[in-house]
Amino acid sequence: MLKIISLISLFTIAAFAGGDTTFEAAQRDINIPAIIMFFIFIGATLGITYWAAKKTKSASDFYTAGGGITGFQNGMAIAGDYMSAASFLGLSGLVYLKGYDGLVYAVGFLVGWPVILFLMAEKLRNLGKFTFADIAAFRLGQKEIRILAAFGSLSVVTLYLIAQMVGSGKLIQVLFGLEYEYAVILVGVMMIIYVTFGGMLATTWVQIIKAILLLSGVTFMAFMILKEFNFDFTLLATKAVEVHNDGQAIMEPGGFISDPISAISLGLALMLGTAGLPHVLMRFFTVGNAKEARKSVVYATAFIGYFYLVIAVIGLGAIVFLNSSDVDAMQYFTDGKLFGGNNMAAIHLSHVVGGDIFLGFISAVAFATILAVVSGLTLAGASAISHDIYANVICNGKPNEEMEMKVSKRAVIVIGVVGVVLGIAFEHQNIAFMVGLAFAIAASANFPILFLSIYWSKLTTRGAFIGGLMGLLTAIGLVILGPVVWVSVLGFEDPIFPYKHPALFSVSVAFFSIWYFSITDKSERAKKEIKAFEAQKVRAETGFGSDGAVDH
Amino acid sequence: MNDELVEKIKANPSYQELIKKRNSFSIKLSIFVLVMFYAFILTIAFEPTLLGTRIGDGVMTIAFPIAAAIIIISFITTLIYVRRANGEFEDLTNKVKEDVKDLL
Repeated sequence: MLKIISLISLFTIAAFAGGDTTFEAAQRDINIPAIIMFFIFIGATLGITYWAAKKTKSASDFYTAGGGITGFQNGMAIAGDYMSAASFLGLSGLVYLKGYDGLVYAVGFLVGWPVILFLMAEKLRNLGKFTFADIAAFRLGQKEIRILAAFGSLSVVTLYLIAQMVGSGKLIQVLFGLEYEYAVILVGVMMIIYVTFGGMLATTWVQIIKAILLLSGVTFMAFMILKEFNFDFTLLATKAVEVHNDGQAIMEPGGFISDPISAISLGLALMLGTAGLPHVLMRFFTVGNAKEARKSVVYATAFIGYFYLVIAVIGLGAIVFLNSSDVDAMQYFTDGKLFGGNNMAAIHLSHVVGGDIFLGFISAVAFATILAVVSGLTLAGASAISHDIYANVICNGKPNEEMEMKVSKRAVIVIGVVGVVLGIAFEHQNIAFMVGLAFAIAASANFPILFLSIYWSKLTTRGAFIGGLMGLLTAIGLVILGPVVWVSVLGFEDPIFPYKHPALFSVSVAFFSIWYFSITDKSERAKKEIKAFEAQKVRAETGFGSDGAVDH
Repeated sequence: MNDELVEKIKANPSYQELIKKRNSFSIKLSIFVLVMFYAFILTIAFEPTLLGTRIGDGVMTIAFPIAAAIIIISFITTLIYVRRANGEFEDLTNKVKEDVKDLL
């Protein structure tokens, strides 16, 4: 372990040293404070990984940190998963570009949480063990459901991972002056170390530390912005309207969701997708009981909500400070465009309000954010391979625990390598559709099976399998035929399917087929499955018989 | 969990009370949040200019306080749910547990 850490440090230093000579857009000097702070973060998180590695012995430790995470810690970690680089840089960039539209996304991302709490959280905890397939397969055919669930999980994880990898490569290129390939490999190597050695315990703590750093960073930024305006949000908005090209239009929703179908479809994808993301769902198994599971959602909602409100201030602040006619502001632009793209608005703003040191801090935090999120994704993907496919399908639910651990660690390495390779392969591709597709699959394949397995007694294996598969295929098919892939990626003139967000259709297809193929299933097995619902319901409601926390 | 235990828990009055109260509470709160969110989304879809209505003479529109309110109210609903769930509902669960502990 120590050997590997020192190897990594060497590799990192070599990569940074090699980076600046070949970096094309060399307008930015190597950012020394950023690199120092980044190394502090790496050092601290490797220390945590070392500590976590000593505590991670069983499969339960690896997948769920032995169930010993508290509600507060888990809430912080869930918030951390949600406050990805995409939502930090992407949403502040969207507010910078279009004003209010960015906030519409923020609201959509947040409202899923109360509903998850009221309908899902405690039942997930009471029924599940390591993956969400544990719940879907609780009384249904293990093989079919686990294979489908693993497929759903892995598609979501892979799409998300590619988006994060490509984003990280580009971000690090701009921030640190490090070459794209090196950046992607560095992210891949770090996440493999965190997850293989430290399992869920390290993954959770990396996420918690990053969440604290990010929340402190954005709070400081918002404070500095509002200080300029005597802490009056209206004054800030007035100035933003004055300097923005669109003027008053930034104060109301623009044309980005123009028709009701798209609006409802996007709303569904954001809300149900959240309740079907494997790396978020697995966090509910890391707490000891339903009580802690509920608490974690309250904390998560508080942190995420606060974060989004602060992002609105930062976005408007970026409009004011970066678009001002001040000579100083010109350094953030090349050829009239924001250096590094609109997503860099928050990064440049950090330089305006806090100078080089704070820019370094925010850059390091942005990097840390990517590392933490990809680690969670990788762990979720590895659990699907080792717990669902290996332990429950190949070994019929009776695996050798040592062997299962080995499989899971190898799965982490494979996912890491695949992530790096695809990250490099997709460097110049348009990847904007990937997160949207990941949410659509989560909402159309994972969520309906999960939800109906908890609430609908007449669900059968046949219904869940066919319906889940139809949801999955419809989501993928409609995204490919829709404007984002058919027109923007493949270059056709008109999309075959007119809407950007397929969730309304694919979720309906999934629910309808699950219903139809369940009620027409008259097999003996179906009867047994329906009968087994009662025992499952009692356990879902009370938690009797579920795995409690392991004392540490 | 064997059939005997399942039947016994299902017949337990505290269990029945728990299910009834919790289901109706969580459904009501979910509907509240969903109606609030979809009212917002459908306003954007059908009447986007409505949200552009200004407050007083300044540039501030009602859109910003509404978005902030949805975020804050969402959080408050989670708080309301958890206070009751971790208090009253948890007590009922423990009562059921006490009643059937010989069989668990």
